[in-house]
Amino acid sequence: MKTNLYNYILELADNCLIAGQRLGELCGHGPNLETDIACTNISLDLFGQTRGYFQYAAELKGEDKTEDDIAFLRIEREYKNVLLVEQPNRDFAYTIARQYLFDVYHLLLLEKLQFSQDMTLSAIAKKSIKEVSYHVRFTGDWVKRLGDGTEISHEKMQNAIDGLWTYTNELFEVTEDAKIMAEEGIGVDVSVLKDVYYEKVTALLQEATLTVPASKYFQKGGKSGIHTEHMGYILADMQYMQRAYPNMKW
Amino acid sequence: MEKNWPLWEIFVRSKNGLEHRHFGSLHAADAEMALENARDVYTRRSEGVSIWVVESKDITASNPENNGELFEPAHDKVYRHPTFYTLPDEIKHM
Amino acid sequence: MSEAQLKNLEEIFEQRIANDEKIEPKDWMPEKYRKTHIRQISQHAHSEIVGMLPEGNWITRAPSLRRKVALLAKVQDEAGHGLYLYSACETLGISREELYEQLHSGKAKYSSIFNYPTVSWADMGAVGWLVDGAAIINQVPLCNTSYGPYARAMIRVCKEESFHQRQGFEIMMKLCNGAPEQKEMAQDALNRWWWPSLMMLGPTDAESVHTEQSMKWKLKRKTNDELRQQFIDQTVPQADILGLTIPDPDLKWNEETGHYDFGEIDWDEFWQVVKGHGPCNKERMNARVGAWEEGTWVRDAAMSYAEKKKVRKISKAV
Repeated sequence: MKTNLYNYILELADNCLIAGQRLGELCGHGPNLETDIACTNISLDLFGQTRGYFQYAAELKGEDKTEDDIAFLRIEREYKNVLLVEQPNRDFAYTIARQYLFDVYHLLLLEKLQFSQDMTLSAIAKKSIKEVSYHVRFTGDWVKRLGDGTEISHEKMQNAIDGLWTYTNELFEVTEDAKIMAEEGIGVDVSVLKDVYYEKVTALLQEATLTVPASKYFQKGGKSGIHTEHMGYILADMQYMQRAYPNMKW
Repeated sequence: MEKNWPLWEIFVRSKNGLEHRHFGSLHAADAEMALENARDVYTRRSEGVSIWVVESKDITASNPENNGELFEPAHDKVYRHPTFYTLPDEIKHM
Repeated sequence: MSEAQLKNLEEIFEQRIANDEKIEPKDWMPEKYRKTHIRQISQHAHSEIVGMLPEGNWITRAPSLRRKVALLAKVQDEAGHGLYLYSACETLGISREELYEQLHSGKAKYSSIFNYPTVSWADMGAVGWLVDGAAIINQVPLCNTSYGPYARAMIRVCKEESFHQRQGFEIMMKLCNGAPEQKEMAQDALNRWWWPSLMMLGPTDAESVHTEQSMKWKLKRKTNDELRQQFIDQTVPQADILGLTIPDPDLKWNEETGHYDFGEIDWDEFWQVVKGHGPCNKERMNARVGAWEEGTWVRDAAMSYAEKKKVRKISKAV
């Protein structure tokens, strides 16, 4: 099996899976119906992308593996999502900030991934670009609304940005697998996206009257499977059925 | 602050060649949000290719109490319809 | 307006409905018609959004990705249906905020079935199969109800809802064809949801206060007991296909009537839940009120931002 490719796909997919899972928690609890429906749409897009990646990974793996084996039956150390996407929905500002900080990166990544030498990854990227372009617009608009809304919303949004900023740098870390994939023209060298990412985010935060955090201390670990304490609970929830009733069809 | 999101009326064109049709309404703080919400609420099953939004308060509607004077005078103007005119049977289509 | 004039208007109004004409928002209507419609449509809308909670409870735990997206889409549809119905209700001159206020204060009711807990994955199957099944029986005739905006909302709801019951049945099928634990889970879910589903179709005709007037206004086309019989008749053969046993020892086919006879419904339980003392009434209300209150600053921020933007646009133009 092409281990590097397999691992690289998980890196791409796990971000979508966990971001989707976090948004899915909110379904039915949004600030109003319209927003609830919109956030669920983003969650559905992300799960759709996840399935595309995992179905491909399962094919590579062989041994009758399915998308669900990959999604549900790994241990925590084997999940490769960035720390950012596993952060909890502390309030709506956190949800929007987390999603926005991820979306900007996600779109930049997909815009490169669509030119992958790997036809499957390229096809997934092309389809996802349309979805994620909308996500960036939606969450970006909300960052502006909350940042430049009322005093309370400004404070909450600033808190969220400050709290999540420390997880942004990890997005641009290049793992060994990603490096090899980039060299083969299959993957994307995300380190080159960093400058344009921070430019875009800075511009929007300023428009939203928010202060761009000055801190240069960043957290990492997700890509190599060392997660924040939140991750275990996400998995306990997500894997419950598969763990309690092994080897069954649903 | 005690101000609720206003109501918007949503019009959707299901495909090119068809007119925009009233689909329903929803709440949004501004026009951009109304468009986004309309996309998420009313086109989840590929129902549309174009959306119009208009704030409900900006619509002026006729009053049904005036329906008599507004619409009934048209009822007896049968000469506006092709069936008013007789043609010989030999002419099949006109 | 004199009493005679009013009576005349009412007669014309009733005649229009009898002639199958639709009533539209700006048309004259009796106050009672307006009030009854606000009550029924909002109750229906509330049921949709409270109904999101028991199913939302399993989104993060759905056992496969396919099931997860289908469940998410279904719960999202319920939000959409709530939205269509609130909008229809708003055409009667009441705001969504006022309607929420009625729900949150306990003044308005919602379907009692959503006060039962969803304790296993099989409940996602049972809710879809039975609860949506019962709801469809109730809803399809409403596509033809007399109030235009309600009828139009219902057409959209029914069109979208057709996948919900299928989804539920498919979940049950999978469980019933699976391992013994899965089948047991399915039977357990049926045992818990069967009676509440029958109750969901409303009190017996003898106890039902609104039926006659509602029939005239086409808010109802069949009585509660007729709907219940229809639901039982169509569901029993489906349970047979699944190989599940309906938890009613008195259930049996009656050759003479061409319907199933069934056992006594525990109406005390029904009234207890309706009056707010079901297993989850408090949780459901807390969740709704909580989401609304925690959302206040978000909604306010959006309004404030929209106003700032408007002002900036004007000052730029000047």
